[in-house]
Amino acid sequence: MKRVPNRGRPSTIVGIVLLALMLFPVYWMVNASLQPTGSTLRGGWFPSHPDFSGYVTALRDQGPGLVTSLVVALGSVTLSLGLAAPAAYALARFPVRGTDLVLFGILVTQMVPSIVVANALYSAYNDLGLLNSYLGLILADSTAGVPFAIIIMRAFMQGIPREITEAARVDGAGRLRVLRSVVLPMSVNALITAGLFTFLFAWSDLLFALTLTTTETVRPVTVGIYQYIGAQTNQWNAVMATAVLASVPAAVLLVVAQRHVAAGATSGSGR
Amino acid sequence: MAGARFRELFAQWMFIAPAAAYLLLFFGYPIAKNIVMSFQHYTVTTFYTGAAPFVGLQNYAEILSSDPFPKALLTTVLFTAGSIFGQFVIGLAFALFFRRSFPLSRVLRSLLLLPWLLPLVASGTTWRWMLDADSGVVNDVLRGLHVLPAGVPWLTGTSQALVSVTLVNVWIGIPFNTTILYGGLQDVPTQLYEAAQLDGAGPVTTFRHITWPLLRPVVSVLLVLDVVYTVKVLDTILVVTGGGPANATETIATQSYELSFQQFEFGRGAAMSNVLVVISLVFALVHLRANRRAQNA
Repeated sequence: MKRVPNRGRPSTIVGIVLLALMLFPVYWMVNASLQPTGSTLRGGWFPSHPDFSGYVTALRDQGPGLVTSLVVALGSVTLSLGLAAPAAYALARFPVRGTDLVLFGILVTQMVPSIVVANALYSAYNDLGLLNSYLGLILADSTAGVPFAIIIMRAFMQGIPREITEAARVDGAGRLRVLRSVVLPMSVNALITAGLFTFLFAWSDLLFALTLTTTETVRPVTVGIYQYIGAQTNQWNAVMATAVLASVPAAVLLVVAQRHVAAGATSGSGR
Repeated sequence: MAGARFRELFAQWMFIAPAAAYLLLFFGYPIAKNIVMSFQHYTVTTFYTGAAPFVGLQNYAEILSSDPFPKALLTTVLFTAGSIFGQFVIGLAFALFFRRSFPLSRVLRSLLLLPWLLPLVASGTTWRWMLDADSGVVNDVLRGLHVLPAGVPWLTGTSQALVSVTLVNVWIGIPFNTTILYGGLQDVPTQLYEAAQLDGAGPVTTFRHITWPLLRPVVSVLLVLDVVYTVKVLDTILVVTGGGPANATETIATQSYELSFQQFEFGRGAAMSNVLVVISLVFALVHLRANRRAQNA
């Protein structure tokens, strides 16, 4: 599309101003985390004398929580992609009766509030001894990841030319082999997109962590922050430093995977 | 021959089976279990004695006639309507803005995703701090500009608190709405805009007669998703106001959480969460029917 040469720059300026407004809370979180310790919430507009004591406290108190969150999130990515990849492939390609039913079921999952799941899982986990366990949290957190990963990957896999998978079949490859050696390598963008969001879903989860853990043994960082707010703390810089640390994966993944996500998401929306 | 066909079918189903089993265990079972629990006197003692006597509709009767229920229902409706209005209008404005590609537009568009991707606890805590009545930056600015020298009790005033959680939820929801609407706008053929320009149509006319009609299918799906996702919002409210002050920001979802996990009245909590599911379901069905009628007309 042709553009009037001078129209671009004002738009860029407006865009930057709008984004600055939208992202102000992110800036404020970082700014607050660099203020010195104190019970007052007041700080300067700029961290002119950046003070890292908040981070020291945060890492000391919430370091284990960060590790727990990482383990749970990675576990959830593995489980979600492991379950979703074959299902997405089958739903995209096999003319199995009942496909519509499965797809309908996936849509219904989007309407189920997490509190319903938590409510029922609490008593089930209590009986099975899954409260306060990594496995229990990974399984529960994947309720967001599995349906999402199926939707994203199915949309992508429908775009893979049929001739390619059929040629592999004619050459004698089994269905599993086709999935592993042909379909998955071609779906890297969709896998990364799905994996990324699955990671963030599990990493950001508060409700399951709050309801399905009762002790300190397995306590993700989100619960750590939540407890900080409850206990009228005088170390706001530490709270905000923890919030910044908890936000790092989102920022890093956004930057690192931007290209893959753009590619994975556009092919998904093109359906 | 029949055997081979069966084996083939079986092999195909094995791809779906693990995911289907997971969905049944972690969605099907909880839904069923919640329905059963909502008819039981299921409390913390149930975990020791194993006894959860059947009480019929008593849980529903109790929660529906309880004092906070009508208010929580109203709060849920106001929170949902306000959130969606804000998210949608601002999301649409952003999507239209980003459609004119300009230098840096791609970078800015992906940065806009941040509010959505950040852990809710992290951003919610930040908002809580920014909205603090005495020392929050929002009131500092309002005072500094001499707009409102007294400041606004964002989190401590009963009506202001609902506005505050709604605003925070709008902030979180804008990226999702922008992304979906931007995707929809990409599918509008550019020739139509060129033709409209040749005919001398202004931006408002173009939007009304080209963009909006062609965007309608996307808008319709998006609004259903928005409603379904917003009525069940729980953690935003827990973090920003905790349901307070004086229950001013209690919704059906937070009530359900409190019944089950603070008062350990799992039966009544289940009944409350089922009310939430019914609201979602009714809305989706009404919307589907209205949509079908619109398509047939």
